[in-house]
Formats: sequence, C-alpha cells, structure tokens
Amino acid sequence: MMMSKKRHVKKGIIKRIIKTLFEFYPVMMPFTIACILFNAIVTSIPSIFMQKVISAVETSWQDGSWSVVGKSIIGYVVILGIFYVVSLISGFVFNQTMAIITQGSLKKLREKMFNRMQYLPVKFFDTNNHGDIMSHYTNDIDTLRQMISQSMPQLLISSVTVITVYFIMLYFCVWLALVVLLGVVAMLLVTKKVGGGSAKYFVRQQAALGKEEGYIEEIMNGQKVVKVFCHEEECISDFDKINEKLYEESRAANKYANILGPILNNIGNVLYVVVALAGGIMLLAGVPNVSISGMALSISVVVPFLNMTKQFSGSVSQVSNQVNSVVMGIAGAGRIFDLIDREPEVDNGYVTLVNAKEVNGEITECEERTGMWAWKHPHQADGTVTYTKLTGEIVMDDVDFAYDEGKTVLHNVTLYAEPGQKVAFVGATGAGKTTITNLLNRFYDIADGKIRYDGININKIKKADLRRSLGIVLQDTNLFTGTVMDNIRYGRLEAPDEECIAAAKLAGAHDFITRLPQGYNTVLTENGASLSQGQRQLLAISRAAVADAPVMILDEATSSIDTHTEAVVQRGMDALMMGRTVFVIAHRLSTVKNSDVIMVLEQGRIIERGNHEKLIADKGKYYQLYTGAFELE
Amino acid sequence: MIKRLAKCVREYKNTSIATPILVSLEVVMECIIPFIIADLVNNIKAGCEITVIVKYGLVLVLMACLSLAFGALAGMTCATASCGLAKNLRKDMFENVQKFSFENIDKFSTSSLVTRLTTDVTNVQMAYMMIIRIAIRCPLMLIFAFVMAFVMGGRMAVIFLFVVPVLGLGLALVTYKTMPLFRAVFRKYDSLNESIQENIKGMRVVKSYVREEYEKQKFGRAAEDVCRDFTKAERILALNNPLMQFCLYVVMVFVLSYGSYTIITTRGIDLDVGQFSALLTYSFMILSSLMMISMVFVMITLATESGHRIVEILDEESSLKNPENPVYEVKDGSIDFDNVSFKYSKTAERNALSDIDLHIKSGQTVGIIGGTGSAKSTLVQLISRLYDVTNGSVKVGGVDVREYDLDTLRNQVAVVLQKNVLFSGTIKENLRWGNKDATDEEMIEACKLSQADEFIERFPDKYDTYIEQGGANVSGGQKQRLCIARALLKKPKILIMDDSTSAVDTRTDALIRKAMAEYIPSTTKIIIAQRISSVQEADVIIVMAGGKISAMGTHDELVKNNEIYRDLYTLQNKAGDDDE
Repeated sequence: MMMSKKRHVKKGIIKRIIKTLFEFYPVMMPFTIACILFNAIVTSIPSIFMQKVISAVETSWQDGSWSVVGKSIIGYVVILGIFYVVSLISGFVFNQTMAIITQGSLKKLREKMFNRMQYLPVKFFDTNNHGDIMSHYTNDIDTLRQMISQSMPQLLISSVTVITVYFIMLYFCVWLALVVLLGVVAMLLVTKKVGGGSAKYFVRQQAALGKEEGYIEEIMNGQKVVKVFCHEEECISDFDKINEKLYEESRAANKYANILGPILNNIGNVLYVVVALAGGIMLLAGVPNVSISGMALSISVVVPFLNMTKQFSGSVSQVSNQVNSVVMGIAGAGRIFDLIDREPEVDNGYVTLVNAKEVNGEITECEERTGMWAWKHPHQADGTVTYTKLTGEIVMDDVDFAYDEGKTVLHNVTLYAEPGQKVAFVGATGAGKTTITNLLNRFYDIADGKIRYDGININKIKKADLRRSLGIVLQDTNLFTGTVMDNIRYGRLEAPDEECIAAAKLAGAHDFITRLPQGYNTVLTENGASLSQGQRQLLAISRAAVADAPVMILDEATSSIDTHTEAVVQRGMDALMMGRTVFVIAHRLSTVKNSDVIMVLEQGRIIERGNHEKLIADKGKYYQLYTGAFELE
Repeated sequence: MIKRLAKCVREYKNTSIATPILVSLEVVMECIIPFIIADLVNNIKAGCEITVIVKYGLVLVLMACLSLAFGALAGMTCATASCGLAKNLRKDMFENVQKFSFENIDKFSTSSLVTRLTTDVTNVQMAYMMIIRIAIRCPLMLIFAFVMAFVMGGRMAVIFLFVVPVLGLGLALVTYKTMPLFRAVFRKYDSLNESIQENIKGMRVVKSYVREEYEKQKFGRAAEDVCRDFTKAERILALNNPLMQFCLYVVMVFVLSYGSYTIITTRGIDLDVGQFSALLTYSFMILSSLMMISMVFVMITLATESGHRIVEILDEESSLKNPENPVYEVKDGSIDFDNVSFKYSKTAERNALSDIDLHIKSGQTVGIIGGTGSAKSTLVQLISRLYDVTNGSVKVGGVDVREYDLDTLRNQVAVVLQKNVLFSGTIKENLRWGNKDATDEEMIEACKLSQADEFIERFPDKYDTYIEQGGANVSGGQKQRLCIARALLKKPKILIMDDSTSAVDTRTDALIRKAMAEYIPSTTKIIIAQRISSVQEADVIIVMAGGKISAMGTHDELVKNNEIYRDLYTLQNKAGDDDE
C-alpha cells in the first residue's frame, strides 16, 4: 500500500518536472526532444548500411575486383555519410539547446522558489531550520541539474536507440534478437537489485551528510567556547563517530554504484559472446532464418549483429547508470515543488496607505511625500472612497493569540495607544512582549479579539501598507551584504545619501561609520560580522530612521549598546519619536521610564499599566522590578 | 597541494593502490575480448567445427567473468579508498580546527569552514575516485586500443593518427576555454547562495520594510547573471559530444570505404572481415577514452580549487603553541600584567591594548567598565592565553601564561564569554562541559550559585531538559546563568565573566555576586559589565578607555576622581536618584 503510493508520488513528480520544462520552454523543449529523437534514430540506422557494405565485401572479396562492387559500396558509404552529417547537426543542436534549457530552467526554478519564499508567512521561517531551507537551493537544485542535463536526454536517447536497434535486429534475424532479449532481462534484473541498493544508500548518505553538516556547524559556531572549556578531545571523538557513519553509508552507496558498471558491461560482453556463438552455430547448422527482411543467415548478418549487440547492451547500461541520479533528482524535485507549492501569506486587505495633504480641511491623496499619511478606504457597497488620516492610534481589544494551537501565549490583551504616545512593554522573556509586535505588523494573525489602527481593523489593511506604516527595529539585527549606505537606505530605497547620513547622525551611528576604513562605502559581509553587536544595532536604528514611518516599534533596539552610547541614541530617538506613536520593548527600565504608558506583562497578560509615577505609586510588580526587589526573567 | 592531500590517504593506501591495478587488469581483459572475437568470426566464416566455436565461447565467457571480477573489485576498493580519503580529510580538518587559537578562528567564518568540510571534500572525493579509476582506465584503454588497432588494421590504423590529434586538440581547447569560466561562475554561484541565506535570516526585516519586490529583483539579477555565465560555459562544453561523434563518423566512413577497398583488392590478405569489425570496436574505444579523459580533466581542475581550500585549513598552524616544558600547576589566582600591549594582527596599525600595568591579588573581585570598543574583552582574553600579548607579559600565579600547559591554564582560568553558546543536548550534558565527571550534586550546587537552579527546577524535565541548538529554547538571561554555572563547575582559581549577566535583571545579578563572594571567596573574580551596579562592590574597579586603563580604584574613589566613571554613574542612576 505504502509502496504503491510512493511510486505514484514519484510518477507525479516526473510528470511535473517534464511539464515544468515545457512551461518554461514551450518552443525549445519540443524542438529539443524532436532533435534528440531524430538524432537517436539517425544514429542507429547506419548499422543497416554497414551490413550492406560488409555483405558486398563478403560476396566479392575473393574476386579481388574493386570495379564490380566498388560503385555500390561507395554508394552505401555516401548514404551513410549523409546520415552521419544529419546526426551531427541534430546532435550539435540538441546539445546546445539542452545546455540552455538546463541552466535556464534551474534559474527559473530558483527564482520561483525565491519569489514564493518572499511571500511565505514568518511562521515558515520560525519553524523551519534555515540550513534546511537553504539546501533547496543548493543540494536539491544540484541533483535536479544532473537529472535534467544528463539523465533525461540520456534516457531518451538510450530508449530510442534500444527500440530502433531492436527493430533492426528483428529485421536481420529474429532468433538472435531473442537471445539479446534474454540478456536485456538479465541486465534489468541486476540493475533493479544493485541499482536499488545503491539508491537506498545514496539517500542514507545524504541523511548522514546532513547530520554531519549540522554537527560541524554547531561546533564551529561555538568554537571559542570549545577552546575555553578545553573540550576539543570530546568534540573530536563525537565527530569521529558521525564521520565514521557517513563513511560507511557513502562507501556502501559508491560500492553499489561502482559495481553496477562492470557487471552490466560484462553481461554485455557475455551477451556478445553468446550471440557470436549462437550465430556461428546457426550458420554451421544451417538453421533457417526468420527475419523481417527475409534474408538468409550469413556472416554478413552476424557481423553487424554483433556490433548492434554492443550498441544495444551499451544503451541498456546507460539507462541503468542513470538510476541513482534519477532517484536523487526526484527526491530533490519533490522538495523543490513542496516549497513552490506552499501557501503564501494570506492578505485580504484592501485599505491602502497613501501620501496625503489637507486642503480646506479635507484630506486628499497626493503623489509627493508630505509627511502626512492617510488610509484610503474603498467601500465596496457604494463604490465610494474615504480617507482617514493616519494618526497612529492603535487599539487592541481583548486579543488572544497562540503560536501553536492550544498553547495560548496572549490572553485578553487590551490596550490603547493614543496618537503620539510612547507605549512601553515590560516583562519577563516569554511574557509576550515581542508577540504583541508580531501581531501589530501581522507577522502572525490573532486568534480572537480585534486590533484597530486609526479605527480600522488591521485585517482590512493591506499587509504591505500596514508594514510600511510601522518602522520596526527588531531584537536580532540583520544586515545585508552591501555598503553601509546600502544598508541604511534599505529603509527607504529612494532616500538620497544626505538623508541616509542624517538618519545615521540621528541614530548616533555616524561617528563610528566615519571611522570605518571606507566610511559609508565600507562593504559589510556576513551580517556585518566586522562590526560589534552595538554598532549593528545602531545601523538598524539608522535604517528605521530613514524609513521615517509614522509609527515605530523598537524591540530591544538598544540592548547591546553601552549606556553612554545609549544616552546619545536616546536623544536622537527622542527627536525621531516626536509626534509619533512608539512601542518600546526594553530590558533596561531606564529606557522605558519616560514612556507615556508602561504595560507590565506576565505570562501573556497585562497585569499593570500606567506611567512611571503611577506604577511606582501603585507599588506593584513594576515597583518591585524598579527597586530590584523582584526578578525579571 | 596534492602532496598534502595525499598524506591523508593513510590506511586507505592499499585500496588506493589496488584500484588502479585491478582496473588495469580489467582493461586488459576488455581489450583482449574483441581480439578473440575477431578470431572467432574468422573461424566461423571459414566454416569451422562447432566444438571450436564452443571452445572460443568458453574462453570468452571466462574472460568476461575475470573482467567482471576485476571490475567489481576495483569498484569496491575504489569506493573504500575515495570515501576513506574523504573521511580522513574531514577528520584532519576538524582536528586541526580544534587546535586553532582564537586568532585562527577569527580568520575563518563558520560558513566557510562548513563548506570546506562538506562540499569541498565531496569534490575532492569525486576527483579522487576519477583519478584512481577512470584516469587510469582511459589512458590504458587508449594505448591498448591503439596498439591493437595497429596490430589488426595495419595501415588502416593510420587514420587514428589524424583523428586522435583533432579530437585531442578540440577537447583541450574546450577544456581550456571552459575552465576559467567555470571557476568564475562557481564563485558567483557561492555568493548567490550566500545572498539567499541572508534573505532567509533577515526575512523579518524584508517583510517589515515591505522589500519583497526589491529582494526579488535583486535576486533575479544575480540569478540571471549566474545563469548566463553557466550557460556560456555549458554551451562550450556541449561541443564535446558532437566533436566526438564527428571523429567517430570520420573513422567509420574511412574504415568502411578504405577497408572494403583493401579487403577486395588484396583478397583479404591485408585485412579480413573479422579484423574489420574489431577495428571498428577499437576505434570506438579510442575515441570514448579520449572523451572520458577530457571529462576527468575538467573534474580534476574544478576539484583543485576545493583542494586548495582544504589545504588552507590543514596547513593553518595554530598561532598558540604549548611550551616545551609546560608548568602543570597554577599556584593561586593572582594576575599580573606587566607593561602589556597587544594588537590583533601584526599588520594592524593601532594597538588594541597599550601600556597595561595591572596587579590583581588572588581572591580579589575586580570590576572592569568602559564603553563599546574600549578593549575590555581583549584585556581579559589575554589572561587565559586566548591571544598572546604583543609586548610585555601576563602572569597568573606568578608564572608567565606562556609557560603553562594550555589545558591546565584554561581549566584554572574559566572565562564566561560574551558571545556564549549552549550546545544541543540536555542541561546536564551542557554543564558537564565544565567538568565531565561532575556529580548531580555538584551541578545543582553550581546552578544554585549562578541562580539557575530555580528556573531549571521549574522545567518539567528539570536538569534533563533538552537544550536546542544555540540554546534557542531558553531566554537570554537563563542562557547566561547556565553558562556561568558551566564555568563554575571547573572550580577555577580565576573566574572571568565577560558581560555575562547583561540579560539578567539587577536583583538576580546581585544574588549571583553575593553567592560568589560567599561560596568561592578564594577565587579571583573579574567582572566586565555595563551596569555600574554590577561592579560597584568590587575590590578594584578598572575603567577602560581606548585600549588603556583610564583609572583604577574603588567605587567611591572613582566617583570622586574619574570623570568617565562619574558620568556613567550619574547616567545610570538618574532614575534612581529621582525617586530616592
């Protein structure tokens, strides 16, 4: 039951690969296949003319007169030559188009994956190992390359060759063709047995390789810790075990794969001998020939037949040699298709964010950036459009949320952020602070309750516009390969250099940037590995500053910046935050102290709220935290 | 490079030598078979007895069996040898990385190390397989087939003298043209993959700034670039097949026409029908061998790049070496910096640390404070000899750190690193990094000291709770406390905490310090912190600025005399002062 289902899936994948190739290259693909078929047929036909030449030689070699048979031999050779030329041309063409199709298709598949990936929900990235996502682009694409560029044309050529050659064999002699058929059955049986074993171990080898890669990555990442604890020996012995396992699996896989070649080769050799013997015996015994051509059995039949046997068994072993790459290619393609098929983030929003200006007390849409934004709200019922000024009023009403069903992390959260207010979240790790921001920009959707943004349910706002209106500095800083300037400009692509620099100054990053070897043109790689954690945070803040969004969310934005620098940043931020609604999550209470409202979260519930003075006066959790009488964790 | 890699063959030397020998034998068999068949064909033609045919048949089957046996054995030894080499390469690299000093580690990024240990090794493994099997097989086949062709075909074989150079030249040209293209494109391919990785990691940023379209375009351009170069190289490479076919056809046409002419005009004296068919077989062998050789050549050249990258790791010498007669005992926890200056690399212009003179008595608690980039971490990393000083000397227990056995020193000087990691495994397994023989009681005690016990006890599996890779399932503060406990288990004479309580709240931070003062009073404790409150009670506080010691003293002294310290203090305590 399982097996047949698996087989069914495999078939589906092969079909889909072919369908995809046709979609990518609707003209070139059929053309290429036609070329391949044509080439395969044209390449196998010459054996007929070879036979004609040999039989001509056969009948007249004792005469020693070239003039008698020479003409017909030359004629045959010329026809042969023509076939060869045609075969060469078609061979050249399909080899070229196949190279284009392979690389082009891989590129398109890569792009398809990447493009789909951009729209997958954040949950996908939170729940999948990043190394595993990566391997879609590396290992899986590589196996597919092998399959498209080599296995598929090879299989096509070989099967056509096998069929044409077999017909030609039947044309010459049915008896000998039957002998060859026996050989083929033997070859296929061996392939199934040995090739199956090889494929099994190759899959295991991939798994072992993945495991080893994971171990290496983990240890290399913590290499300094290993050193500090003198733990090198233990790591080596753990590694040896994993390494040995990988060795065993890959040895088994390669062994089977390496054996398959010689076995098939020599079955071919034996087949050759058997055909020669059978032919010889039949010749001597004078067995009456049965053939399509109706010709009698003679040495001029047996000799080309031997050549055809060679060609035939060669093609069959070519097919068998592709077993591994096909099995691995199907597995890779399966994973690639899975990624492409994933459901993208759902977005049913229709309210959009527009630049606005106020004319005679009316809010109207405009092209240029005015520093004022409005929500454009089309009403389906009567086809009218209304504009609501973006003020940054955010209301969460009785919100529940769970990352995994059944494990609610936010309970009945209700909060009001008035336009221009600074709202702070305080609470232990896991209390749900970051979760609230995840909900505001709809990285995740709430389970129950409502979130309103300027009175509009955020589910009605287009996600892109919602996110554009929120400037976020995340807990983990991510920078991209490129110059410092590029990284700041990521916040607003059309921002000129001056504005980026101004933003960096505002965030307190300008100072260290100018001290970098190439200043703003310093190229950052590997997530800004050359910078300190604090410097990277400063860049992230600059990026948010240049984005100049009406509402800001700062999630532990200054956690790695020393207190002194933080004070500098704080001044800049205060300027930046003027008149905007800001959500702040911070560990240091000094960072949140001047907030308009402070929410104290505990296990997904808001347990206290108010400004600093009120909370201190209440002498609750916040007071305890502030005075250090209670542990924040 | 080859020499260095060959050193890693070791126990797989036998199989590595056996493979080419077995392959050679296989080739001999394979080459003789058509020779005998030619003979057989002639015999059949001459109308011989059935027994003769059967005799030939038996010999041939026997030879096929031998060829099979040699081939299969070669396949097995080849698999063992190449996988074995790969195993040894990975092992040697991993072991050498374990010997790396911090300086060496800083040089290579994690991802580049991982690639070298996986992809690069796989490339070399494939190339090795090719070398010991196909690279032996093909030239042998070529030579043998050549000789046989001349033996059988006589003058006819002259055609090969024309065709082979043409094919050889063509293949060489293709290889020569594609090689640099491939090398360049693989580098581009690597950076394309790196950008994907970056995108995956930074997905939240991409989404927050609604940069999906931008990322798509960026990726599209890079992918297009890689695709164009790949296609260019592959299209040149795709010339190989038609070229090979062309040569084969030329030979065929020649053999058929000139061969039949020879047979007929010489009445089968110079050439007979059997030889005629054997000649065709040999021509196929010659040409396909040439083709394989060119393929192997491409593979090997591509693997060379990988080989170089592997050797780079294998040959990387640790910049720190154990002394010849190391000291195995650390007397006490005193620390002396005498006129120390340090730079991260010899070529660096500026010193990271300069003119450090510092004397810490055993059992003292020392606080270090200073802005980002003031070289606080650098200073303490010299104590456990994670880096070597450039000038001056660092002494622990009165002995220069360079005279200690490294393991001894590092076991006595425990460092809780700023960028700390936990490894996948249970809490107990992680704690045992500090002391692999630690009893449960010892672990609990250490965790109580670092205030980790109470949250561990709240986990359902307590000390057997599984920690995900990188400690993803515990909070920052919990992670830090576990890391401190792990270091405490070493029972060190000196404990260095490099900003190890930054994610721990003030109260717990204070509890940890209190517990340490009470339970391990004789241990020298060095605390790097950003919070004044973390170092306030220390015996000595060192204020660092720009790689120098700016001031040293107790809290009260510094508040009075040092501007930097006073600024920090007022900054951090403004809040407190308002209320109190």
